[in-house]
Amino acid sequence: MDLKDKLVSSFMAFEDLVDVEAAVHDVRSEAMKTFENEGFPSKRDEAWKYTSLNSVLKHDYSVFPKKESALEYRDIKKYFIHDIDSYKIVFIDGKYSSHLSQTTHDGIDVCLMSAALSKPKYRILIENYFNKAATKDSLSSLNTAFSQEGAYIHIPKNKVVEKPIQILHFSTGNESALMLQPRNLIVVDENSHVQIIERHQSLTENPVLTNSVTEIFTNKRAIIDYYKIQNDKQNASLIDNTFVKQKRESHASVHTFSFGGQLTRNNLNFYQEGERIDSTLKGVTIIGDKQHVDHNTLVHHIEPNCESHQDYKGIFADKSTGVFNGKVLVDKEAQKTNAFQANNNILLSDSASINTKPQLEIFADDVKCSHGCTIGQLDESAMFYMRSRGIPEKEAKALLMFAFSNNVLDSVKIPEIKQRITKIIANKLGVNLGFDL
Amino acid sequence: MLKIKDLHASVEDKAILKGINLEVKPGEVHAIMGPNGSGKSTLASVIAGKEEYEVEQGEILLEGENIDELAAEERAHKGIFLSFQYPVEIPGVSVTNFMKTAINETRKAKGLADMPANEMLKMIREKAEMLEIDRKFLSRSLNQGFSGGEKKRNEIFQMAMLEPKLAILDETDSGLDIDALRIVANGVNKLKSKDNAVIVITHYQRLLDYIVPDFVHVLHNGRIVKSGGKELAHELEEKGYDWIKEEVNA
Repeated sequence: MDLKDKLVSSFMAFEDLVDVEAAVHDVRSEAMKTFENEGFPSKRDEAWKYTSLNSVLKHDYSVFPKKESALEYRDIKKYFIHDIDSYKIVFIDGKYSSHLSQTTHDGIDVCLMSAALSKPKYRILIENYFNKAATKDSLSSLNTAFSQEGAYIHIPKNKVVEKPIQILHFSTGNESALMLQPRNLIVVDENSHVQIIERHQSLTENPVLTNSVTEIFTNKRAIIDYYKIQNDKQNASLIDNTFVKQKRESHASVHTFSFGGQLTRNNLNFYQEGERIDSTLKGVTIIGDKQHVDHNTLVHHIEPNCESHQDYKGIFADKSTGVFNGKVLVDKEAQKTNAFQANNNILLSDSASINTKPQLEIFADDVKCSHGCTIGQLDESAMFYMRSRGIPEKEAKALLMFAFSNNVLDSVKIPEIKQRITKIIANKLGVNLGFDL
Repeated sequence: MLKIKDLHASVEDKAILKGINLEVKPGEVHAIMGPNGSGKSTLASVIAGKEEYEVEQGEILLEGENIDELAAEERAHKGIFLSFQYPVEIPGVSVTNFMKTAINETRKAKGLADMPANEMLKMIREKAEMLEIDRKFLSRSLNQGFSGGEKKRNEIFQMAMLEPKLAILDETDSGLDIDALRIVANGVNKLKSKDNAVIVITHYQRLLDYIVPDFVHVLHNGRIVKSGGKELAHELEEKGYDWIKEEVNA
C-alpha cells in the first residue's frame, strides 16, 4: 500500500480517537478530501519542480506510534538551547512529554494543541484562528486532516514574554519508520512580544518524515521572532509549512538554519494585512553529502507602506542540492511597498547544485522592490590572503563561510542562539575558531 | 635566511620567472625594482606559496630548508610574511578576530597553546598604537571599506603582530600619501632587527628614502639584470628603466 492510501485509510482509525462532533472535525474532513483528491505533489507541479518527494515517500511509515517512549533530559539536553531560561513544549514520537516540558497558563497560554482543540475555554480562539492562515494545498491539508497535537501559544495583549519558548519534537526510532504531523497555532495579540525556537530531532537512523504546519498571527503592533534550527539526522526529512498573518504595525521575523536532514522543504508564507508592517525572512543553509534543502517563500504585500526583507545564504558541498524560490506579490493597493530579496550561494563542489528563482509580481506603481541572486565559489584570492597569514586551508574556508553567513547571523536577537548556530557550523566544518562571530 | 637558486616559475603555462638568483641574509633589507610586468609580484607570490604559480625549476630555501612543497600557511608558520599589493576584503571577520585566528593557528603549528586573551589584547593595542591605528578600526570587517592607505597600514599592523623572519612588502607604497608612507615606513623600521630580513618590492624610489635598502636589484623580463647598493635606486629614479633594458638587450 502506498503512503497516500495508507493515510487515507488511517483517517478512519483517527476518527475513532477524536471527537467527531467538534466543529474542527468538519475542517479535518474537508481537508482530507482535498488531500485525497490531490495526493502528494510531484515534480510536475511548478512549485515542486526541483524537489522530488519520491525517495522520502517510499518508506512504510507508522502514522500512529504504538509505544509510548520516554527520554531523559540529560540525554537530549544538547538539542535544547539550555543555557537560557525558557518555556518548553516537548514531544516524543508525536506525544506530549510533560516530564520534559515547562508550560504555563500564567497570564499567557503556552500549552498543547490537543487541549486547545478540546476545551471549551479555547473554543472562540480556535474558531477565529485555526486553519485561517494555512493554505489548502495538499500537504497542509494532509496536516489539517490529522491535526491533533502540537504547540498552542496565545499571548494576550500588552505582554512581553520575558523568556523564549522552545518547541522540540524528538523521534526515538522505536518505530522502524515514523511520520509526524505536528500542528502549531501561535496568536500574539496587540503590543505583545514573543520569541520562539523550533527544532525537530531524530535520535536514530530510522526514517522520519515530518509534515508540520504552523500558523502564526501577529496582531496590531505585536512582535514575533521565530527561529528554526534544522540539523537533523541523515534519514530524517521535514516539510515545514509556516503561515504568518500580520496586522498593522506588527513585526515578524523567521530565521531558518538548515544544516542537516535528508530532505528539507520550507514553505514560508507571509501575509501583510495592514499598514506599516515589517516582515523578515532569513536563512543560512550549509549542507553536504546528498542532502537537499528547498526554501519556498512568499511575501504577499496587501496594504500600503509595508516592508519585507529576505536574505538567504546557501553553501553546498559534495552532491548536495538547494532550491530557493522566493515570491514577492505586491497588490495594486500596496503602494510605497519596500521589498528586498537576496539569495547568495556558494558551491563547494562540481557535483553540488542550486536552483534559485526569484519571482516578483508587482501590481502597484510606486514601490521599491529589489532582488538579487548570486552563485559562486569561495574567493581564491581571499583564501590565499588568509593562508599567507598562517590560517590553514580548512580554517580559512570556515572563516569565509562564517563571513558569508554573517549578515543573517547578525540579526539573531538571542545571543545564545547565535552562539549555538556558530558552534553547529564550526562542528560541521570540523574547526575550532576560538571565538564567536 | 632566504636563498633562491635559478628559480623558474609560470602561471597557466606562461613563463614569468626565468632564472632568479637571490640571497637574503638576516638583518638585510633588499629592494626589488623593475618596470611593470617584469615579474616582481610573481616573485613575491611564489615565495609566499600561491598555488596558481608553478615552480618549473630551481629552489627556494628558507634557513636551508627547501620550501617548494609547503603550503602558504606552512610558510607563514616558518616566518614568511607577504604584505599584499591589493589586500583582500573579508566582510564579516573583524581585524581583531582575524589576527587572533592567525596568531593562534601559527602557535598551534608550533605546538604552543593559544595566546592568553589579555596578552593578545595588550599586543594588539601596542602594535595599533605604533602604526597610529584607531582602536575602532580593529572591530571593523577586515579591509572592507578601508581606504588604500588604511589597507596598507593594516598590512603592516599584521606584520607587526606576526613578527615574521622574512617580510616581503609588495608595492606597499602604492596608494599611500606622504604621511601614511612615513607611518608605514617607521613601523617597518621599528620591526627590523639583526635577526629578520625585509624584501621591499617597489616601482619607485620614494619608499626607499624611508626604508633604506642594503641591496637594490632590478628585475626585467623574469630575471635580475642588475644589482647594486642604494645608489642604484637613485639612478633608476633619475634615468628610468629604459637604459637597463638597452643594456640587457645589447
